[in-house]
Amino acid sequence: MAANWTIDGVREALAAKKISARELAADFYKRIGAKNPELNAFLALSPERARRQTDKIDALVAAGKPLPPLAGVPIAIKDVISTRGTKTTCGSKILENYFPPYDATAVERLEAAGAVILGKTNCDEFAMGSSNENSAYGPVKNPVAPDRVPGGSSGGSAAAVASGLAVAGLGTDTGGSIRQPGSFCGIPAMMGSYGRVSRYGLIAFASSLDRIGPLATNVKDVAAILKIIAGRDPHDSTSTTTPVPDYGAELGKPVKELRLGIPKEYFGEGMDAGVRKKVEAGIEVFKKQGCELIEIRMPHTDYAIATYYIIATAEASSNLARYDGVRYGLRVDGDSLISMYRKTRGAGFGPEVKRRIVLGTYVLSAGYYDAYYLKGQKVRALIAQDFRDAFLKVDAILTPTSPVPAFRLGERTADPLQMYLADIYTVTGSLAGVPGISVPCGKIEGKLPVGLQIFGPAFGEARVLKLAHAFEQAGGASV
Amino acid sequence: MKISREDVLRVAELAYLDLSEMELETYRAQIDEILEYIGKLNELDTANVEPMAQVLSDDQTADATLREDLVVPCAVAEDVLKHAPDPEPPYFRVPKVIER
Repeated sequence: MAANWTIDGVREALAAKKISARELAADFYKRIGAKNPELNAFLALSPERARRQTDKIDALVAAGKPLPPLAGVPIAIKDVISTRGTKTTCGSKILENYFPPYDATAVERLEAAGAVILGKTNCDEFAMGSSNENSAYGPVKNPVAPDRVPGGSSGGSAAAVASGLAVAGLGTDTGGSIRQPGSFCGIPAMMGSYGRVSRYGLIAFASSLDRIGPLATNVKDVAAILKIIAGRDPHDSTSTTTPVPDYGAELGKPVKELRLGIPKEYFGEGMDAGVRKKVEAGIEVFKKQGCELIEIRMPHTDYAIATYYIIATAEASSNLARYDGVRYGLRVDGDSLISMYRKTRGAGFGPEVKRRIVLGTYVLSAGYYDAYYLKGQKVRALIAQDFRDAFLKVDAILTPTSPVPAFRLGERTADPLQMYLADIYTVTGSLAGVPGISVPCGKIEGKLPVGLQIFGPAFGEARVLKLAHAFEQAGGASV
Repeated sequence: MKISREDVLRVAELAYLDLSEMELETYRAQIDEILEYIGKLNELDTANVEPMAQVLSDDQTADATLREDLVVPCAVAEDVLKHAPDPEPPYFRVPKVIER
């Protein structure tokens, strides 16, 4: 069976009865069984759920009925996204035995569109990390270089898709957690605008930043999945009523004469020479397509990491207050209610989560709120303004996704600040709320993938996807 | 030094988080370094900047109208209690909170 399935490929094979949805899912489970022990990309599988779905699809095929857009497409779901009846741990010991009583809206919409949910993918605990090494269930290995990290926090979804264990995956992005692992594993990966995809059922880390988005092997599939999961959901008051365009219909339209901003601040110190070379070559591809390249300034870029680690940790400290051992997850007994809370949280959370709860509680605490949290919110406004100013002059912005390619397992774990700085090019767009995609942009020494990031204005997903697709079609992945 | 051992203890108390001696010192040092880095925000004059407390702009409103207050079925109680750490349907049992 061909290893490189796409959404179109699955549909054609099903319609032509070359394979049944059940056989296809079984084939993927076989591959997962063979490869997952080494990769550690999946934490839980949902074969019964998959079987119910493939039976439905196969019945449609047998009856000669029209197939839904994602019919039979095997998909991997990051473990911070709720799946009814399938264990959802968030990569944390505190949710080791948590079975959500409902599905996330994104999951529900994927299944309604015919997709087959294979299982749940490993991630940094509560999506807090840039390497997947903060998972309580062990790190994921990068399929292109097993001694290296897959990126994080959606490392499991990225590794699963890149190694052919799923046709596509859902990840979540708070400061780069979809785009950076996409870049490290060599696949396209996208976060839509804040408000584009419902967060209902996404177990909260930082509510003003968290977004669900797709990872796939090609831009067309990213567009197809985003279209399915996007749109207003009454269960999430921050999901917008802004209409969802047919992203797929935009692909292939000319990108000629689009104005692309190259922000000087994203090409400064700390960038790996190999990454720089590939991203510069990637930018040339757009030039050859007839795009106009414009050097721009985004003066507050250098303050984004500091701002992000105030806002994200403050929101996390509040969101994670719910893990108290009363209603779900781990409980460690204590001789009073308070001591039960303290012991449960002390035993259930891993080091990075505790560090962020302490930092987040500190920046919100009396006497420090103005100096840190309020200051962070003000600088966040300046960073968002940088983007609005830029989009008066350009149609999209090109940057590297990460300053470095996939690093070695263990290389950065001792120093949290160094780990945070790996997100330097992705957190800006997270703070501003704009959409961004990482597309493969060559490999360093033919081995380690580099990602090119494309930012668009809020709700400009169609343009971002059109550019990413044009880049991919022009051979951007092998510059 | 930006953050003291006492600060960490106070914050851990607020967050109901038990920390070991080793955790306390490790996190204190790491958070101190992070706060030192965060200090660079003071280079910016933000006296006249409105804080960004909301991501969506006015023309991207989610849905300005409130939904109707309707009763909808939500039959998950049994399922939720089944996986609770110490269920006593229809309740969650917790250590005694009222002293006689």
